[in-house]
Amino acid sequence: MATTASTAQERAAELNVLARKQRSLWGDALYRLMRNKAAVGGLIVIVTAFLVAALAPLIAPYSPIEIPQNPASQMEPLWTGSKYTDPRYLLGTDFLGRDIVSRLIYASRISMIVGFVPTAIVFGLGVTVGMTAGFFGGWLDQALMRFTDIIYAFPDFLFLLIIVASFRNSPFGKLLDGLLLIFVAIAIVGWVGVARLTRGQVLALKEREFVEAARSVGATPRRIMAKHLLPNALAPLIVTAAFAVPGAILGEATLSFLGVGIIPPTPSWGQMINEGFPLFAANPWAVLLPAICISVVMLAFTFVGDGLRDALDPRMKT
Amino acid sequence: MADLLEVTDLHTQFFTRDGVVRAVDGVTFQVAAGETLGIVGESGCGKSVTALSLMRLIPQPPGKIVKGSIMFDGQDILKMDDDDVRGIRGNNIAMIFQDPMTSLNPVLTISRQISEALELHLKMDKSEARKRTIELLELVNIPSAKKRVDDYPHQFSGGMRQRVMIAMALSCNPKLILADEPTTALDVTIQAQILDLLKNLAREFRTAFILITHDLGVVAGMTQRINVMYAGRIVEKADTVELFANPKMPYTWGLLRSIPRLDESRKAKLVPIEGLPPDLIAPPPGCKFEPRCQYRRDVCKEKEPELKHIPNSKSDHEARCWGTQEGGWLVDTDWKREIGDTRLLEAIKQETASVTATPETPPGA
Repeated sequence: MATTASTAQERAAELNVLARKQRSLWGDALYRLMRNKAAVGGLIVIVTAFLVAALAPLIAPYSPIEIPQNPASQMEPLWTGSKYTDPRYLLGTDFLGRDIVSRLIYASRISMIVGFVPTAIVFGLGVTVGMTAGFFGGWLDQALMRFTDIIYAFPDFLFLLIIVASFRNSPFGKLLDGLLLIFVAIAIVGWVGVARLTRGQVLALKEREFVEAARSVGATPRRIMAKHLLPNALAPLIVTAAFAVPGAILGEATLSFLGVGIIPPTPSWGQMINEGFPLFAANPWAVLLPAICISVVMLAFTFVGDGLRDALDPRMKT
Repeated sequence: MADLLEVTDLHTQFFTRDGVVRAVDGVTFQVAAGETLGIVGESGCGKSVTALSLMRLIPQPPGKIVKGSIMFDGQDILKMDDDDVRGIRGNNIAMIFQDPMTSLNPVLTISRQISEALELHLKMDKSEARKRTIELLELVNIPSAKKRVDDYPHQFSGGMRQRVMIAMALSCNPKLILADEPTTALDVTIQAQILDLLKNLAREFRTAFILITHDLGVVAGMTQRINVMYAGRIVEKADTVELFANPKMPYTWGLLRSIPRLDESRKAKLVPIEGLPPDLIAPPPGCKFEPRCQYRRDVCKEKEPELKHIPNSKSDHEARCWGTQEGGWLVDTDWKREIGDTRLLEAIKQETASVTATPETPPGA
């Protein structure tokens, strides 16, 4: 009798455990993110942009760089119905007669790469420096943080412009059509913010008892930083990253618009605005179309960033 | 049998802006293999700092172990380099922390946290560590351990989390476990369960325990010997039965008087120890307990007594008190009957009231 009662109890306990939905912190965050319509929309846009960038040679009808034999320059998009249209070019042509659709498609490659590569460098550098400074403290912290303060003190965009403008004509500045220089410049300007954020997080986290508990089982400082501190500091860092990506895209677009970004003829959205600008009155679409592309991608990233912030820390929701 | 742990003249100090805090001031004690030692005292008397010093976990700066030696298994922990100390932490000496709610990393699963020590010290791979983790959870009586290893700490109750902490401490079969107030953050029913569990584990694995607590009730059933600490010093040491039957230091009397007892008439009042523990930056020159002691005499203020064997007691019973030592005025005092000089008690009460009131007076008033 007693045994049946106890087994029944055990079974009930088991069922109870099974019935409860197992959900990790990250699973929970993902669930909240997926319920956010704007974020999902943003994600779809970003994935599409990625696919377009990756498959550019397959999708683009013409070469983005070569100037056609009998250029029909300054064609307007087909839907305008003006006499300056050409059925071969859906969105018209630029001042050299190159197909705008193809150029927009190829330009998305620059924007996507510029969004992610510098952000990755920024985070690698920023997290390492911030983590080291915050965790070890003392003179190391002082030295690293004074250094970041110095970089932080420069106005962001001016600094970016100075770096790019001064190295543009060096051999390094010409690598990958100037892309490498832009990566490095954006990274140099950007990592300080991440370093400060990480340091702040680590300073608060390292006083928590679980860090002491980890020490008491014999974990090395590196292990504590990687396995205990980083995962706890990750939420705000991810949100920052989600906003850093559109920042970098905009940075490149602005540099290219000012004529110190990507070296022509490689297309980039900022570059295309730059080229279309003098003839804005004649054919505004050559400027508007790349501008719309930039806006849509930026907006998509911002939505995802907002969604991530709400998903990772529901308390921050406004 | 040789002692597993031998702490000699340990001094741990914190160098603060206001001065040097002598948190642990010349503490000497031993723990034999498989023995359970209780360290008892009020908040801020240096119990936890002693435990952290044993594992060299004192935050540095501001803390520093200034003097002394900690011989563990024939090696001086204070003379080891950092790598060797890490090899001991978790492996030979493990620690159970006070608050299970904050001692577990909220973003890691239970299995990953328990596996940490296994991977670090026993060099187990993931699947071995996982198997052992499940065994450990079963050992500390967590129901359906297999399903719960992948849970996160927030899915566990306080008592369960403390069981997880215990499982973590046990993971590498340490020779010594330091339990720093292991039951303070739990409610009473769970406290009893956890203490039972610790007691059984100590017996089963022959692990030595150092149980740190402010609750004499907790140590009573658990330990073989007790050290009473006050203001960074050991003021009385004896085996558990002896300490409860025949305490020999007014501070211990005070502690015992302030526990409610079921076996005494309801009229018996709880007598608290008046006053506050001394400032460890500038401790009193004589006996550290003198300012709060209702049995005090002039000697107490002038010179600090040694930790010495006490007449009318077992041979290993030592206390730091002029009154109960050879030729003292408290040798034959029955602490249960004579509460000491009540006028003195009142005076102490008023003194502390005035001291605590002063900082609150606005300047210029």
